[in-house]
Amino acid sequence: MSRISRGFHRRSRGDAPSDRVPPGQYVTNDFPVLSAGPTPHADLDAWTFTIEGAVDGARRWTWAEFQALPAETVTVDIHCVTKWSKLDTVWTGVSVDTLLDGIDTEAEFVSAFSDGGYTTNLPLEDVTGGKAWVAFGYDGERLDPEHGGPARLLVPHLYFWKSAKWVRGLELRVDDEPGFWEGYGYHNYGDPWKEQRYAGD
Amino acid sequence: MERAAVRGRLSWQLGTVAGLVDETARTKSIALDVPEWPGHRAGQHVDVRLTAEDGYQAQRSYSIASGPEDEQLVLTVERLDDGEVSPYLTEGLIVGDELELRGPIGGYFVWEAALGGPLLLVAGGSGVVPFRSMLRHYEASGGDVPVRLLYSARTLGDVIYRDELTQLGARPGLDVRLTLTREQPDGWEGYAGRIDRAMLEDVAWPADERPRVYVCGPTGFVEATAEILVALGHDPRMIRTERFGASGP
Repeated sequence: MSRISRGFHRRSRGDAPSDRVPPGQYVTNDFPVLSAGPTPHADLDAWTFTIEGAVDGARRWTWAEFQALPAETVTVDIHCVTKWSKLDTVWTGVSVDTLLDGIDTEAEFVSAFSDGGYTTNLPLEDVTGGKAWVAFGYDGERLDPEHGGPARLLVPHLYFWKSAKWVRGLELRVDDEPGFWEGYGYHNYGDPWKEQRYAGD
Repeated sequence: MERAAVRGRLSWQLGTVAGLVDETARTKSIALDVPEWPGHRAGQHVDVRLTAEDGYQAQRSYSIASGPEDEQLVLTVERLDDGEVSPYLTEGLIVGDELELRGPIGGYFVWEAALGGPLLLVAGGSGVVPFRSMLRHYEASGGDVPVRLLYSARTLGDVIYRDELTQLGARPGLDVRLTLTREQPDGWEGYAGRIDRAMLEDVAWPADERPRVYVCGPTGFVEATAEILVALGHDPRMIRTERFGASGP
């Protein structure tokens, strides 16, 4: 049960439909940034994206090869654990289904890894079936380094720390290994609609 | 999984407002008695939840300003005029009110005496709040590593914890430097203008001394500062950042 905060009232924050804003979130029109360290600036000539781990052979794309893959443009709502949500964001990227197409694996989890050492863990089924992309475009432009460019994972149905910035690959894993924030007490799965912010939520 | 499991659930708990201090025209420190507070490390934050009579709730995160050794939990909140929670916390609270919160949250933007130094803290605006916790911890634990704080504020009147920082700066080993970006009083002997390469070269230890660096402030401030530090040769892994968006009402 929550205590009433004497004299506190809702302030109108636009007319966001409540069925699109998870509990405890507020809608922003800005695009705030949350990162644990300096923003890396990747050299596209040296950039690769790798699928590795529980696969027979790793798959690797250069930046040029990656750009040649079929891309999709999607409009999604995103929800950051720091409480902001942003509606109708437009991203361009390659579906993770495309990257995993034809791969035979025992894996049930993935660990996304990034420049700067960031990692985050997800069930494999949360990045397949049209639920996740490796995005390199935002709002018709190249994705800014500040927001994770040249490419970031995009998994909009989970809190946004799961959408790893500066992503360089996915490790397919048989077991689940907590990533960076998950190891610091954030929720292992992170469903915003169940308000799974921290371990135990 | 194991690390997370030990921690258990972060439950909402009630704190009672025990004191309110105007730090600047826009910021207020809220001292809370929290009987079930599990303790925190310097640099961590809490989530605060407000509930209106119609059941509407709003949550925001605030850095902890008190040291782990302090008796009360202190939050320092900057009022954002178009905000929903910060105007209530800075103007609506009175001593004796109860506030729902849970924490501590975050474990990366943390400094403990055991981590050692040298320690470089770079703050923009209310980004100084977690550093106050670190400096109080430094004092309480008899810190002996060299510490430098470079703090950027708009005017002298915008400097949070001014008296306390002046006192801390007089302590051996602890060097506090201010830069005022918008307006400097007559006879000002600190820096003027935004933090730039020359200022950081002046204040930061050379990269090969591998200082632990913490940068906290608005996004643009943190991006610019971290970029210069990396260009000066500091290992990105030694630089921990905490950004707050322009939008964080």
